[in-house]
Amino acid sequence: MSLVDEFQYGLDAPICLTWELTYACNLSCVHCLSSSGRRDPRELSTAECKALIDEFERMQVFYVNIGGGEPTVRPDFWELVDYATEHHVGVKFSTNGIKITEDVAARLAASDYVDVQISLDGATAEVNDHVRGPGSYDTAIRAMERLYAAGFENFKISVVVTRQNAGQLDEFKAIADRYRAQLRITRLRPSGRGADVWDELHPTSGQQRELYDWLVANGEQVLTGDSFFHLAGYGDGGLPGLNLCGAGRVVCLVDPVGDVYACPFAIHDTFLAGNIRAEGGFTGVWRESALFTELRNPQGGGACTSCSAYDACRGGCMAAKFFTGLPLDGPDPECVRGHGELALAGVSAGSAPKPSLDHSHRKRAPVPVTIGMRRPPDRACDENPLAGFTPPGRPG
Amino acid sequence: MSTEAQARPFDLDAPWRLDERVAIRPERFGALLYHFGTRRLSFLKSPELLTVVRSLSEHPSARAACAGAGVGSPQLPTYRAALAALAASRMIQRRSV
Repeated sequence: MSLVDEFQYGLDAPICLTWELTYACNLSCVHCLSSSGRRDPRELSTAECKALIDEFERMQVFYVNIGGGEPTVRPDFWELVDYATEHHVGVKFSTNGIKITEDVAARLAASDYVDVQISLDGATAEVNDHVRGPGSYDTAIRAMERLYAAGFENFKISVVVTRQNAGQLDEFKAIADRYRAQLRITRLRPSGRGADVWDELHPTSGQQRELYDWLVANGEQVLTGDSFFHLAGYGDGGLPGLNLCGAGRVVCLVDPVGDVYACPFAIHDTFLAGNIRAEGGFTGVWRESALFTELRNPQGGGACTSCSAYDACRGGCMAAKFFTGLPLDGPDPECVRGHGELALAGVSAGSAPKPSLDHSHRKRAPVPVTIGMRRPPDRACDENPLAGFTPPGRPG
Repeated sequence: MSTEAQARPFDLDAPWRLDERVAIRPERFGALLYHFGTRRLSFLKSPELLTVVRSLSEHPSARAACAGAGVGSPQLPTYRAALAALAASRMIQRRSV
């Protein structure tokens, strides 16, 4: 059986797991996939977080991708990072850079077990701040300068591709090279507040094609979290990674209140598998929840099955379909063959499901931008388990 | 990386060991490997390869580890390629005798 097939049936523990520590965030990015802003009063306590880390250690989850919200605003953030690494659970955390002081940078540079990912959605302040808010570009660059000065090599710069920044890929790469960082490019999903701006921000079909060619040309130098598997439909097999949806099979999301979702882009009751506070804990949810069990069964391709690209794209991203109002067994809204656009035309206005939760800042006035967006934070995508994976020469 | 691995011959007769920063998680298809230093994942695609990798340090050579895991000579080139890829990604290292 191929690895892709193995993964479709799920594993006893996730390969990689996204853990959002808080819904609190100092920013209000317009495309925030978790609609973050305000802390949720039910968020896991320090003790509960540590118990969860113990569980990850028992399950041999090698590392967690910590995000939010802005995870570093939790007062116990560094305590939890230390606790995780002491318990053999590596940490990669996503941040907008707000708490990366010189001291923090030096400390991070000294640890093998902690990786840092700075979110940046424009190679220029103008493009970035439209999406992430005024001053956020400078904050991110300052954090990069500090990490670089401290000698932290190969931290990640995480970019969500939008219509505005799709033409800046080379500039992003140059920024990453300048700070000895690695560039990570991920897909904009219509999740959280992203649903409100997706129409305006998602790349055009022309930009998608250019993005694909750029990714193929840059190969494994650029990480993608495997998030562009819908582009595998272009079909020359050149896209790095295994290109599959790992939701509930090899990845999942634990949110700040302990809810476990199939993937970080699917914060909706439909994709809620359970809560870690229930009897059986995270292990029980991962191994026995009805939702995950169902996801590990072979999925039907519906209308897509007869398409010659189906074997490559597997119908695309579940969350992208769901939050644009498309059926889960139909084409991805950004289907490279154009079937998504056609399908979207048949979705009546306002009928797409809304996110189940919204922790957006209440009082903030809409960000005054020309492209008509409403508001902010992102914590970048999960790290797909297959990012950085290169198949070993393999027997059997 | 796989290209690099194929370009570099793997010395089956040398002594090898698992890098101490690598964690192994057995799976039904073989195992997952994670290197905390490079922050990279790898996959061992058979239980036999897992046995080989785990026992490298107990044998005077990788060839002996393969023999110990019951790998016959027809399969040896495949295992050599797999080990070469693991060496290229720093999952395993030559040990000094």
